[in-house]
Amino acid sequence: MTSKAGPLQSHAYPGKLIVVEGIDGSGKSTQLSLVRKWLESRGFNIFFTEWNSSELVKETTKRGKKTKVLTPLTFSLLHATDFANRMYHQILPPLKAGMIVLADRYMYTAFARDTARGMSPQWLRHLYSFAIKPDLAFYFKVPIEVSVARLLGGTRAELKYYEAGMDLGLSTNVVESFKIFQSRALDEYDKLVDEFGLTVIDATQEIDEQQEMVREIVSKMLGSYKPKRGTHAKREAIFWRRFDIPESEGTQGQADRH
Amino acid sequence: MTYLSLKGLKGKLIAIEGPDGVGRSTHIEAIQNWLEVQGYGVLTTGWTRSALMSKTIEIAKQGNILDPWSYSLLYATDFADRLEHQIIPALRSGFVVLADRYIYTAFARNVVRGCDRVWMRDVFGFAVVPDLVCYLRIDVDTLALRVIESKGMNYWESGMDMRLGADLYESFKKYQGLLIEEFDRMAEEFGFQVVDARRPPEEIQEALRARILPILTGSGRRARAAEKLAEKAEKLAEKAEASKDHAPSA
Repeated sequence: MTSKAGPLQSHAYPGKLIVVEGIDGSGKSTQLSLVRKWLESRGFNIFFTEWNSSELVKETTKRGKKTKVLTPLTFSLLHATDFANRMYHQILPPLKAGMIVLADRYMYTAFARDTARGMSPQWLRHLYSFAIKPDLAFYFKVPIEVSVARLLGGTRAELKYYEAGMDLGLSTNVVESFKIFQSRALDEYDKLVDEFGLTVIDATQEIDEQQEMVREIVSKMLGSYKPKRGTHAKREAIFWRRFDIPESEGTQGQADRH
Repeated sequence: MTYLSLKGLKGKLIAIEGPDGVGRSTHIEAIQNWLEVQGYGVLTTGWTRSALMSKTIEIAKQGNILDPWSYSLLYATDFADRLEHQIIPALRSGFVVLADRYIYTAFARNVVRGCDRVWMRDVFGFAVVPDLVCYLRIDVDTLALRVIESKGMNYWESGMDMRLGADLYESFKKYQGLLIEEFDRMAEEFGFQVVDARRPPEEIQEALRARILPILTGSGRRARAAEKLAEKAEKLAEKAEASKDHAPSA
């Protein structure tokens, strides 16, 4: 393997890419969905994409997880395949069209988790070298105890096999295994903050406090962003006017369809 | 890979490469037979046959939803699954593993589809390097005739997804021509043993066996026995020589 550094160039597309990262139970998905609500209410057209969600790979990962045949290597490659597929079919087109793309997890998740599973960090950076650099990458930092308490006490009653790194045989106890595995991932995330300039948010704060900070940072970044013609939701009103339909009726029709 | 130890692989890994329709599978079958008769444990492994991925790849091909990156990565995942669950365990137990195509097929196909050569080699950086790569080399005109005479041209082997030519035949020739060019380039880069596949099947088989034999010495019970036999024969010959020297003086 050559030791050429991953390129990861800033993109020149008219759209913007915002990603959130953090271990399970850090609250990053909650924060991103609030950002989405806020941006949509401001009239922006948003495209949302999530880790390991492409039709192509989802079924395979599910099957592999069920039969527990996945190794750190195949696990890693499957996630890269999913990411590549979404990069090409989901992330790039809206960016080129000038939309705002929100991604729940990005390649940094692979860097943190797969390294925690024993994959070579250098190889992972080569593997993902086709990815583009996000305009903003938030890292929701949370101590392992808080994450475990959130996961067990709230949204998910039990920890999942691979989420807990049970495939690594770290401990026969799921909670123990989760703590060891996710702590390793946390260490890796800390390294990534410097390497890729992630924006750290203290995820032990209250939800609204975090959101306020996030919105402030997003607003600043969007300062240079100009929605392209047709990508701004307000244009809908003009579109309906062309058909001599009263605006109220036109937007009404829109609302019905949603 | 830091978690994957490649120490103590007793077996031998032999990859047979060459374009679609060149007769790879037929030759591999004959080689497997030949080796088994000699007492070697043999495992043949193909490209895209892993339990985890074969279904996914089938679906992906049907749906035509592949971009160059996920195309490469799907095959890399498939290969990784076979490597860890088939190839490495077999090599560890001392099998001769015959690979019907290996990573070089992926390199050629993906590079022709616009993937970066360096990226491809990095992605497949986890692969075990074969002890021998035999490349069945053929020119595209002879290949086209052979394929038409046997099973006919199909969509993927003609690279129709790349829209290279107006019809199946034109596309086949352009696509396979590009692959052959890439294989030729790799033959130098990776030191393939090149076998002229335009010759009659018996001669090709002969040529393949001649290249496989040397790497087998030293591995396996049969080979050791053969080595001993050779040593014995040598000693006998020396003795005979010595007694001949003594003969006149006696």
